[in-house]
Amino acid sequence: MSRFTAWDSGEARAVLRPHGGAPDAVLPMLQALQARFGFVHAEAVALVAEAVNLSRAEVHGTISFYHDFRSSPPAGRVIRLCAAEACQAVGGAALLAAARVLADGGDVVVEAVYCLGNCALGPAALVDGALVGHLDAERLAALVQGCAVAAVQVPR
Amino acid sequence: MTLRVFIPGDAAALSVGADAVAREVAAEAARRGVLVEVIRTGSRGLLWLEPLVEMATAQGRLGFGAVRAGEVAGLFDAGFPAQGHPRAVGLVEDLGWLRQQTRLTFARVGVTDPLSLGAYRAHGGLAGLEVALGLAPAEIVSLVAASGLRGRGGAGFPAGIKWQTVLGAGDGQKYIVCNADEGDSGTFADRMLIEGDPFVLIEGMVIAGLAVGATKGFVYLRSEYPLAERVLRQALAVARDGGVLGASVLGRGPAFDIELRIGAGAYICGEETALLESLEGRRGVVRAKPPLPALAGLFGKPTVVNNVLSLAAVPWILAHGAEAYAALGVGRSRGTLAVQLGGNVRRGGLFEVPFGMTLRAAVEGIGGGTRSGRPVRAVQVGGPLGAYLPDSLLDTALEYEALAAVGGMLGHGGVVVFDDTVDMARQARFAFEFCAKESCGKCTPCRIGAVRGVEVMDRILQGVERARNLEVLADLTTLMTDASLCAMGGLTPLPVLSALRHFPEDFHRPVG
Repeated sequence: MSRFTAWDSGEARAVLRPHGGAPDAVLPMLQALQARFGFVHAEAVALVAEAVNLSRAEVHGTISFYHDFRSSPPAGRVIRLCAAEACQAVGGAALLAAARVLADGGDVVVEAVYCLGNCALGPAALVDGALVGHLDAERLAALVQGCAVAAVQVPR
Repeated sequence: MTLRVFIPGDAAALSVGADAVAREVAAEAARRGVLVEVIRTGSRGLLWLEPLVEMATAQGRLGFGAVRAGEVAGLFDAGFPAQGHPRAVGLVEDLGWLRQQTRLTFARVGVTDPLSLGAYRAHGGLAGLEVALGLAPAEIVSLVAASGLRGRGGAGFPAGIKWQTVLGAGDGQKYIVCNADEGDSGTFADRMLIEGDPFVLIEGMVIAGLAVGATKGFVYLRSEYPLAERVLRQALAVARDGGVLGASVLGRGPAFDIELRIGAGAYICGEETALLESLEGRRGVVRAKPPLPALAGLFGKPTVVNNVLSLAAVPWILAHGAEAYAALGVGRSRGTLAVQLGGNVRRGGLFEVPFGMTLRAAVEGIGGGTRSGRPVRAVQVGGPLGAYLPDSLLDTALEYEALAAVGGMLGHGGVVVFDDTVDMARQARFAFEFCAKESCGKCTPCRIGAVRGVEVMDRILQGVERARNLEVLADLTTLMTDASLCAMGGLTPLPVLSALRHFPEDFHRPVG
């Protein structure tokens, strides 16, 4: 059910090609690779470095700086739960702890994220690119069990 | 007659089911043979009422708040009454929440289709750009300076001075960079504006380009806002098709185009020099200043770096005059502020008012107190680097100087409400924890200080040598304040020390 293509260095080169060879293309390149393959493969470091004429160390440094880049494919659905202050004020921390317990050992990845811009309707999560508001334990459990986002977007 | 129905497509509205309601409206209308046009708008900012469904009538738009999937048939059955229906809120424009506002920047948000350039024009859009095209660059800059507009990203630096510096920096390549890396918890105004009226940001950037002689702009948008990215990408294409962007602005001006870049999950990239590093493809590590970005910014060229709301205020200023803008506000805080109410608040959302409203009026009046119904204990203003203020300081005005005077900061205008169940020592610990996670690592006070801060707070929370550890905390925060390279390390002590000053009992609780 993976939305991602299996890593292939030839295909990776094709993904990089439209981005040209200027060093400021590094982030867009890495984002394009992650969108295609679900992560930034170790072999991508050399490919990107070659494309923009930087050292592999510089490219590795960029990758390792940003929280978004993954070095391995996600085990499954990614639930990004807000752990910042506005969601803390409405029980976000307890929800995050509960989510980690629920997801333990399963094929769902729970990640803390610091603000999704839904601060008036927290606790909030970002799942499959969609925002979920007024999250509670029950609907969170549904998300962990693979329930469609649309089905849990409506409290009550 | 076609029934016109407006339903927000804003991410916050979607997060509580706006799409499902929109689909149901279309399906229910089809089932009943009613001709309906569903127009997706941004959000009016009354977020506790989302999804807010509006029906066009001769009297104005009738609102139905917090409509859920499954309730739409009932609205059709009742014939969309203005009153009486449990979801009816009456004429939307008459709601107190909107009537108390002065919506300049957000005038069209929630009203128009964000991707219709025609609707944008019909509601006053491009009037500022038309004015700007008839002015010399120095005239545009002096208008912006005269308006008193200050940077909305948090630092509050006068936009006119920044623009003047870039204008005066020679004739070579220059850039306009829009900081849309809205990472502060409690803030969502940039997101709402981009999703609800992207053309006003585009127009503001074009005017900035005309003013300083830049032909290229970048928007650096955070990756946590996927919907804003989609909307802005489409809006840029529409703006190019419509001649707002391209080889000649509106067929009369110089060239200007905008490129959208997406962040990669680093809070520090909201700091302008880290943002520039990131745009150039590197680690988002803060640069030492000087040189100022205005003289040596993106790719070493003179660069205007402004927040979304600073740039989006410019079209109104050009269209209505600097005096009209400067007539609003208090002291050195001129114009309007997009106050964002979040956290444990009953009526959360965005409202735009002239600077100077008190925090109490915002939290208790507009916000209606806590969502939990418990007493308000603390309010954090200005994001994770902002101070926690107690009830006794809620009469402070929402403006730059008044907040600084009580040891806080306005930041990007986010107000996060906490009820009396909050543990302020834990919030202080979190401030360090967040700094440790998000520090770029360039300067020692921030990189090491944040980690030491978490350790010291852990000892205080565990009751280990409290008096001595409170001394270490005072020493550490002084060092971070005085010696950090940027606001990340320099302001992390603000939430910590305000929590300690106003809520000392939480730092002395018996353990267990």
